[in-house]
Order: sequence, then C-alpha cells, then structure tokens
Amino acid sequence: MSTQEVSADVTLELITLTIDGFEVTVPKGTLVIRAAEKLGIQIPRFCDHPLLDPVGACRQCLVDIEINGRKFPKPQASCTIPVETGMVVNTQLTSNVAEKAQKGIMEFLLVNHPLDCPVCDKGGECPLQNQAMSNGNGESRFDGYKRTFEKPIKISAQVLLDRERCILCARCTRFSEEIAGDPFITLNDRGALQQVGIYEEKPFDSYFSGNTIQICPVGALTGASYRFRARPFDLVSTPSACEHCASGCDMRTDVRRGKTLRRLAGDDSQVNEEWNCDKGRWAFKYATANNRIKTPMIRGADGELHEASWPEALATAAAGLSVNRAAVLVGGRATVEDAYGYSKFARVALNTNDIDFRSRVHTDEERDFLTSAIVGVQVNYSAIDRADHLVLIGFEPEDESPIVFLRAYKQVRKRGLKVTTIAPFTTRGSKKLNAQVIKSAAGNESQLISKISGLTSKSVILVGERLCESYGALSAALKLAQTSGAKLAWIPRRAGERGAIEAGAIGTLLPGGRPVSDVAARVDIQSAWGVKSIPENIGRTTSEILVGLQSGDIDSLLVGGVDPLDISADALVGLEKAFVVSLEMRHSSITEIANVILPIAAVVEKSGSFLDWEGRARAFETAVDVPDLRSDVRILSMIAEKMGKPINLPTVAAAANEFASLGNWDGARAPFIAASGTAISGDTILASWRLLLDAGSLQDGEVNLANTAHPSVAVISTDRAEKLGVKSGDPVRVSNSRGEITLPCEIKDIESNSVWVPRNSHTSKTIATLGIASGASVSVVKA
Amino acid sequence: MSEIYNIEPFKNDAIEKAAAESSPVLDNGPSTFLTQLLGFWVTFRTMFKKPNTVQYPEVKEPTAPRFHGRHQLNRHPDGLEKCIGCELCAWACPADAIYVEGESNTEEARFSPGERYGKVYQINYLRCVFCGLCIEACPTRALTMTNEYELADDSREKLIYEKQDLLSPIHQGMIMPPHPMAPGADEGSYYRGEVKGVQQ
Repeated sequence: MSTQEVSADVTLELITLTIDGFEVTVPKGTLVIRAAEKLGIQIPRFCDHPLLDPVGACRQCLVDIEINGRKFPKPQASCTIPVETGMVVNTQLTSNVAEKAQKGIMEFLLVNHPLDCPVCDKGGECPLQNQAMSNGNGESRFDGYKRTFEKPIKISAQVLLDRERCILCARCTRFSEEIAGDPFITLNDRGALQQVGIYEEKPFDSYFSGNTIQICPVGALTGASYRFRARPFDLVSTPSACEHCASGCDMRTDVRRGKTLRRLAGDDSQVNEEWNCDKGRWAFKYATANNRIKTPMIRGADGELHEASWPEALATAAAGLSVNRAAVLVGGRATVEDAYGYSKFARVALNTNDIDFRSRVHTDEERDFLTSAIVGVQVNYSAIDRADHLVLIGFEPEDESPIVFLRAYKQVRKRGLKVTTIAPFTTRGSKKLNAQVIKSAAGNESQLISKISGLTSKSVILVGERLCESYGALSAALKLAQTSGAKLAWIPRRAGERGAIEAGAIGTLLPGGRPVSDVAARVDIQSAWGVKSIPENIGRTTSEILVGLQSGDIDSLLVGGVDPLDISADALVGLEKAFVVSLEMRHSSITEIANVILPIAAVVEKSGSFLDWEGRARAFETAVDVPDLRSDVRILSMIAEKMGKPINLPTVAAAANEFASLGNWDGARAPFIAASGTAISGDTILASWRLLLDAGSLQDGEVNLANTAHPSVAVISTDRAEKLGVKSGDPVRVSNSRGEITLPCEIKDIESNSVWVPRNSHTSKTIATLGIASGASVSVVKA
Repeated sequence: MSEIYNIEPFKNDAIEKAAAESSPVLDNGPSTFLTQLLGFWVTFRTMFKKPNTVQYPEVKEPTAPRFHGRHQLNRHPDGLEKCIGCELCAWACPADAIYVEGESNTEEARFSPGERYGKVYQINYLRCVFCGLCIEACPTRALTMTNEYELADDSREKLIYEKQDLLSPIHQGMIMPPHPMAPGADEGSYYRGEVKGVQQ
C-alpha cells in the first residue's frame, strides 16, 4: 500500500486534518507521516519507507493523535495510521508527550547499538546517527554491557551483516519480499536476540540484494566491495545513468580522488523508483581493468601494435577510411550522442548507409520491425502500471531488464496483474510474476503468438530483442498488437540500442526516425547537415557487412564497442581482411586485428545520454575526468576533419544540440512487410538467453558480484532426464558438430523437445562453442 | 538575559553618533624632541636586557611540553597500530592536510585490533597548520603530536609524510605488525588498556 502514488484515473477523496496547528488536505489513505511531510514537518523514522508496506517496527515516529476530540491514550506510530477527517496530530514539535516518547525510543534503540561510528561505513550518512542528534537525548542512562555478535557475517558474497548494529526495522526483509520477490532473508529469533538471518539451504542470490544495503537506516548491511573504502564526506557524487541494460536506471556515482568507489540507485519515480539491480550497482570496475587502452595505437609494417600520437593515429585512420569503401559497426553500448556521431560520420564522411548498431544475432525482419513499428514510439513504465494484461514474448525480464521485472512484480503483487509469457519453461521470474506460461521451443513463438486472446487497448506486449531469432515472431507480435489495440514495446538488452535507432545508426534510417527511402527525409537531413547528397540506397546490415568484408566489397571498417563473438562465431574471419579502425576501451579480439585503435572514455568518464527501452532520455555527467579520454563522437569528428569531410560535432553537447534540433520525423514510416514463420521441428532444440550476471565484459573485475551469479545449468525435461538416466545436478553434454558444452542439468517443465543453457556464462558460451544462439538442433547426452 | 547581565541592546545610531563626535586625524607636523625621546626609550631600555637569541641549530632549546609539532601514529603496547583508518582526523582538518584510506584486517595480516586499519596515512606538512584538531578528533588516541619542529625539506614530495614516517618506533615489548591480537584479547581489551607488551 504505497499511498502516494495514486493513478490519475481514480477520483480522489480528499481529507483535511490538522498537524501541529496547520491544516493540510491529502488523499484518503495517506499515512500521517506523509501528510506531515507535505507540511514540511519531519517526524523521525527508521522502518518507514515510501515504497514499502507500513510495518511500525521501529516505533520512532510516535506522535500524539486526537480524532474528533477523543485522544488516543498513548502516542501512536504515524507511519502506520492513515489520515482521517477531523484528526488533530501533534508531533514532537508541539507535543511534549510525543517528544518524550521519541527520545525514549531513541534511547532504547541505542541501548544495543554500538558506538562504532568511526569504523562504520554508514557514519556520516546514517539516519540513526543524524536522528540521534536531532531527536535523541545527548546522554544514555544505560551502563550495562551491549549485545554483541560475531561480526560481520556474510549474507551473500556481496552483502555483509553486522548484527549488533541492526535496529530490526525490517526494511531489508520487507524489500526482499515485497519488491524483489526473493524472500531469502528474514528476522530470526525474538526479543534481544532477534537478528536478520538467511535460510540455511538457500543463499541470498537475489539480483536486487544491493538495494537492502542502500535502504538500511543503520550500518548493519554493508557492501563487501565498498567496505572501509571511504567515508561519505570525502566522496564527490555525480548524477549518472546505468550503462548495463535498457531499463534506464537513474544512478549516482561516488568518486574519491578520481577513483569510482560505488554507485547507488537514483530516485526516479517514473523509471526505477529507488531501486536498481546488482549489476548496475557493482559492475563498474571494468573501466579500471588492466587491459584498458589509454593511448592510440597503430599496427606497423611488422604486424605489431605500436603506441602512437593522436595526430598520427587520426591521420592513419582517416587515410584508411577515405581511400576505400567503408562501413560502420556501432555496437550496442553507444550513447545517443555517440550513435548520432557514427550515423552522421557514415553518411557525411564515408558517404554510405552501411551502418548497423546490432552487434548480436539479428535479422532483416527485425530491422524492418524497428524501422516501422518501434522508432519514435514511446511506451512507458506507467503503461505496465495501468495494464490489464502483460504479455512477455522472447523476454525474461528478471535477467534481461530487471527494472521491468520489478515494475511488473509490483503490479502483480498489488493488484494481481495478469501476466502471460511465451517461454521454453517456467523460470524463477515467471513463477514470481505468477505468469501463465505458454511453452514454446525457441523458434516456434510465431505459431503461438496468434493464440493469445483477450487483449485490450490497456494491455501491454513486451518483446525481447532475442525474439528476432525466431523467424516471423516479430511480425506475429506486431499483428497481435494491431488487431487487439494493445501497446507494443521492444526491449533491447543493451543500453545504447534504442538510442542508436533514433540516431539513425542503421541502414534504413536517418536521425530522428527518418526513412532513408523517403526523399523528403533525406532533403531534411541534407539541409540540416549542409551536404549535397545523402546515399539513398538501403544500407547493409551487420551480417551483410561481414559478408561484404569477406568478399572484398568493403575494404575498411569503423568499429565501435563490438564483440565479434556476440554476432557469430565466424565474424572475425571477415574482419581480418579489412582495414579496421577500432574505437575501444579495452583490448579485445577486435583490437587484436585492428589497424588503428583509438581509446575512448568509459561511461563514468564522459557525459552523454542513453535512451532506455521506453525511448526516455537518461542523461549522465562526467564523474571522473580523465584527460585524453574522449567520447566517441569527439574522436569521429576529429577523423572526419582529417578526411576533409567535417561532421562538426566537437563536443557531446554539440552533438546533443544538433540531434535535438533535427526533431522527429512526422511523415510516413516505411511500411512493414510481415514475415510468416513456419513451425520448426527437431527433437532437441536449443534455447538460450543471457543471465543478468554472466561472463559479460562489463562485469569484469568484480569478484563479489560474480559470486552471486545464478549457477549455469542445462534445463531439460523430466522425459529427457528419464531417457538419459540423469538426476538433477548430474552433468549433461550439449553438443553439435562445432563443439560441446557440459553443464549440470536441472529438471524443469521445459518442452520435451527443448534444452536450455545460458548464452554467455563462464561455462556456457553458445555462440563461441556451438556457433548458434537458439532455435537450432543440438544433441544432449549424459556426460 | 539582558536584565541579569545588564547588557544594553545594540543601537544602530550609536555608530553614527561616534562618527560625528570623532575628530579627523590631523597632521601636527614633526614631533617634538621630547616625544621622540619617549620613543627611543624602548630601544635604550632593551640594551640592558639579557639577549633571547638561541644559537640554533648548534643549540636546541626544548619546546614547551605541549608544543604542537610533528604528528605521531601510536601503537598498542604489543605493537599493533592504534589507527583504525576512520578518517575523522581528515574530516576535522581545516587545512585538508590529511589523507587516509581504510582497509580490512585479515586473519593473515592484522595491523590493528578490530576489523579495520589505516592502509594509507598521509599528512601534508605544507598544508598543516598544527592546530591539533585532528588530535582531538581521533577516537583511539592513535594520533598525537610530538615536539619535533624541524620540518623543512627541499621538495614538496618529501613534506608529504607517509604512514611509515609517522608511525611510532617499535619500543620494548612491541612486535612489528602484522601479527595476531594477544591470546584471548579482542579490540575491547585493547581499548581498555588490558593488553600489555610482549615479555621478552
């Protein structure tokens, strides 16, 4: 019952009450503590949190309440009492009884709380410390021994618990149960021995565990990777946005003397509320990894990379890109400004539409779907809040967009939102969402989508980026949305993909969603950019570019952050033949073959913005200023200048302004030609997706985080387990002609002709080993 | 309050009144011989006083006992460091002269009793104003000041004192950390002064 968010379409009943002599009018159901906040009256509190259900555990918010002249005999907890007409509330400011009660509670809380503020990570930003100063007695009358526990104990690899500091407010346990749906921690025992504990057989492997640290009002829960690193008062905080997925979390980056020490969830009620996932919170050490590239490099005649000066490297890159036919691979992690830079660079400096941001499995059907149905369209988180039916297709929200999962879970828990998912088996996430699972082998989704019925204009269909792997499925989903009037949103996995579409980093689109095939759209852009012409042919897709490289049609390639193994196992072969200019942060398989490497700034080192899956801009600022590391767009502008075809985007701000001034295309969209998929058959079809915590390169360097990753298992059906003669946990081998993956098996309700493995975990990399992502036949045997 | 201490409330026109009454500074011309003699009397009197000059650096006079000199990071009697890396000294420092980084003690390498020790400890003596607020802030009496005042050097780098420059030397009964806490002791017994030096 989070009372302050009442959706606009409900008529509000208002209630007027008096707090400390001031009248205030609030919606019915508002808690007294919130009504007081509205007047600017701060009642001290610990357990109360606006996004969690009221519990009244800490008793710190006691106030004197009188209703229609009848007084409560004792002070009441203002965080659990809803307002009523004629209520007269006297807080600590006007009531001696309330003040004395609060001071008494504070003294009780401090009886067992250690005075170790100097060594406590929370010291300096601690609600208990602050409110003990503002609403407590200066002295304690307690002279006995304080309760002590062995400290700290590990709740998980990344969350540590100092039990003697805990004031039993139950914020962490309530968060785990109500928000994340992972009730792995609970309050054990009673009385003075009560403490937060874990279920002994199940570890606290929630993807959202970091939030418990952030909402802990004392220093009881601390993060293993931030413990003792800094005090809050010497951190410099910068508002930032999360670069890990398309959920679009608002973040705060805390830096001490040029070193990023922690990242916290920001407070954006429209998007992530106050939460984020553990990947966003802890995976930031990749930027300081050892294999970071700091200076430009050129491959010499000896075939080795040599450090070079910026002018030299820029000149070499410009020469290599201007004499030949060139193409651009952007990668899915570019900011909007960078993607716009790549888009303009391809059209102006390279005179080509051969640009594609999709460095993953992709299809032409997907490109046309994005071009005609997704670009420029906004579906928001609030659509999930208001939905009457949520349909997930080819999308596992807990792994692929965790904040979408939190939003859906909130609605499921509060009002029983109906969720339907088309997936190979019932995942932990779909169990938590109480979803109706329409089981489908990967590749067969298109056959099942049309069977979903009962959608209305308030329904929301969310399709994942990997749905393109199933031929015809995106067409079927679009048709379902069009016939039912439901809202359709496409949720990519990477933070930069939505922005790249809008910025025109794909062969069919110019910036602002303008179709390349439309003359008026081209003229728009030509006049804005001041160029004579823009190529009018539809540009090549990533796979066509790779083919072109191999056949010699394309001789040089500009590559952003791309891992060739995300595209296909053979992608590198084509790249090796071309002149490759790589804009990279760290050494990778691309930089091993690149002719020129230009180092770029990581997200914390630059400013810019991402567009999340909604199409909402998520701007961030430079948190760590590193001289000589620039955003991609600045480097592209320098190369273009050397080529004599300037794109005039010297700063991120210039790119943002220019992109904003172009505006969105309001003309006709390119028509979508529906594809119709056929049912695939086979007795063992591979299904896979990426787990939230896996072998992704942006998670490098954070051991504690990696230790909480869900174990890699091969999911098989009961039938298959019987046939193979394996029990849950026994190793099985998934293989095809290219290679094999051996994993412990887990028996679930998966379609009997399917097997599921993680796509990119440390022990299971389907594209690298098997050469396939999903929807193809493999064989499974007992290992 | 004003009745008890008989404090007149401040009046604004008092300043204007004082300004109106004061006379402008007049140039009275050269002073007379008598007033000059009065001035030279101070100089003349000093000729008969004992000189204060100390032949530093040949002669070094002891300072006042509580003179604020170079800092020292103290040790417990068995050699473990008292500093817990809490950074309260750095927080208190008005000149931003102190930089501290904390770190966890481990079973293999223990530098102080308890969980936490100061891994990096720097005092920049180009910034330090020797006010002693850091000493007041220190919750474990790890940081105190010595009487040492000879803090001059020929480069800026040398005047940033690191932890090893500030740590107290190993005295009788102390063992150089890292080493475990005394048998049966916890950090509480260290703070209460129950742990004694190691018997040689």
